[in-house]
Amino acid sequence: MSAPTLTRTRKPGVKSIDGTRASLAWLTVPALVFFVAFAIIPLGGVIVLSFMHWDGIGEISWAGFTNWASVLSDPLTGGSLWTTVKVILISCAIQIPISLLLGVFTAGFQRYRAVLSVLFFVPILLSSAAVALTFTALLDPNFGLSGAIPIEALKQDWLGNPDLALAVVVFVLSWQHIPFHVLVYQGGVRQIPQSLYEAASIDGANVVQQFFTITVPQLKYTFITSTTLMVVGTLTYFDLIFVLTGGGPGHATTVLPLFMYLEGFRANDMGGASVLGVILAVFGLGLALLIQRLGGKNRQASQLEGA
Amino acid sequence: MSLRTASAPRATTGPSAKAPLRKTRKKLNVPAGVAGFLWLAVVILPIYYVVITSFKDQQGFFASNPFLPAEKPTLANYQLVLENDFFRYLANSLIVTAGAVLPAVLISFMAAYAIVRGSGRLLTGVSRLFLLGLAIPLQATIIPIYWGITKLYLYDSLLALILPGIAFAVPVSVLILANFLRDVPNELFESMRLDGCSDWSMMWRLAFPLIRPAIVTIAIYNALNVWNSFLFPLILTQSAENRVLPLSLWAFQGEFTINTPAILAAVVLSALPLVFVYVVGRRQLVAGLTAGFSK
Repeated sequence: MSAPTLTRTRKPGVKSIDGTRASLAWLTVPALVFFVAFAIIPLGGVIVLSFMHWDGIGEISWAGFTNWASVLSDPLTGGSLWTTVKVILISCAIQIPISLLLGVFTAGFQRYRAVLSVLFFVPILLSSAAVALTFTALLDPNFGLSGAIPIEALKQDWLGNPDLALAVVVFVLSWQHIPFHVLVYQGGVRQIPQSLYEAASIDGANVVQQFFTITVPQLKYTFITSTTLMVVGTLTYFDLIFVLTGGGPGHATTVLPLFMYLEGFRANDMGGASVLGVILAVFGLGLALLIQRLGGKNRQASQLEGA
Repeated sequence: MSLRTASAPRATTGPSAKAPLRKTRKKLNVPAGVAGFLWLAVVILPIYYVVITSFKDQQGFFASNPFLPAEKPTLANYQLVLENDFFRYLANSLIVTAGAVLPAVLISFMAAYAIVRGSGRLLTGVSRLFLLGLAIPLQATIIPIYWGITKLYLYDSLLALILPGIAFAVPVSVLILANFLRDVPNELFESMRLDGCSDWSMMWRLAFPLIRPAIVTIAIYNALNVWNSFLFPLILTQSAENRVLPLSLWAFQGEFTINTPAILAAVVLSALPLVFVYVVGRRQLVAGLTAGFSK
């Protein structure tokens, strides 16, 4: 996900062997054909379609700015954007600290931690639809969790109450995706040179001090990678919310991609849905760039000085 | 993001491999252990609930404590799911996953080879284009893709899922394979060139075998994405004949309505293929999951 690396280095001397290195370009043709046909052209197409009337079946006709006007004046657009932002912020606030701590935990080489790690990663194996159905059953007010544990607070209409439903969505999203980010952090932690910790313990730093002065700063780029994937990923999560709540109750859990789907394939307004698609693409690109910028440009700078 | 980082063994069960190095940190951390087991409960309880409920009959489901195993375990739910065309959905998922991932990885490898070994403005432009695909949520393109698929008369076919599946796998595959190819020492290519090898044969005879672990890793990563994909099947297919597994779960929910044990049996069955892969090749699968994202 580190954007600039693809064009970063050119092997010195490659060009000098012969002057025809550009002739390799034809090798990219098959990949380009697919990518252009099913990603780049559709990306342009979504802009074009945002200025068209189309019900998904009939003729496409020019609409001018009417789609944009109606989508931008629809309170649900702002509402779904706000819901998306809320879901991103809350789920990051939950996922980042837990992923970091569990990443450090599972990076340890104690045997019980190795065994626990194997189980921690099981949610990754389930599709979003499976996870959604699991929690739909589990949160059933009569036959789920609350039927087993006689605590009054658990007897809620979890998916029927707008405030609770959003909390449930964030919880389930976190449940599903934390394992992946734990893996990312685990990989990061295992690359921190052991000598840093040895030096710190000679200086008398305890485990907590070592965590905050070595582990956390050393994980800066892991943090950027993980958070970028988390934010951009949350923007595309559609399936889990679709199966879990369908966007309801009311529109309490309608995030932007879900709203786009409903507008296009339920309300049969492909033009309006394309407007939402453009907003989604711009929003996602903006967020990805923002995080990269906040994280600092010089990703290649060594974190290991003095190690 | 280099050869070393992503292929480093994520040796969660390799106590012997690095243990001597880590001896200094071997003190038992009690709060961490407690928190670890708490998280285990959060992860396992829902899964436990799904598994035990899938063995209950309707009556047992309504009457018994939800967190106790069935008094009279039954396989009827599983039978119901299997009789409802489960194997067709499984086969569809396998076809779509293999059909998208194999070509995607091959053409991405070729593109990555050209980008790393070649030069020139053309190739720089191509690699910039792939990077764009990484930064933009491609789900935003579902409406034009739906339009294109209907125009190609591919609506409601497995090919409708395979073609965009290939395209969406390309950017990340090219990026990661290029990072691995960059770590192959230039001298190896030089000496093969002196022996008169063409780029085509160097690509397959030198580069491909050398980065095979990375290719397996990225194939797994893509396979998981395609396997669990829901949005494209939802908008691009319609008939039960072309239904893939994740979509079939949603359809079961509609068909079985309040028969929760049967729905959960479908959940268990749909998860079994990946659980099997996890048991057999956990290390490969886990490496494929992060596919070089950990730096």
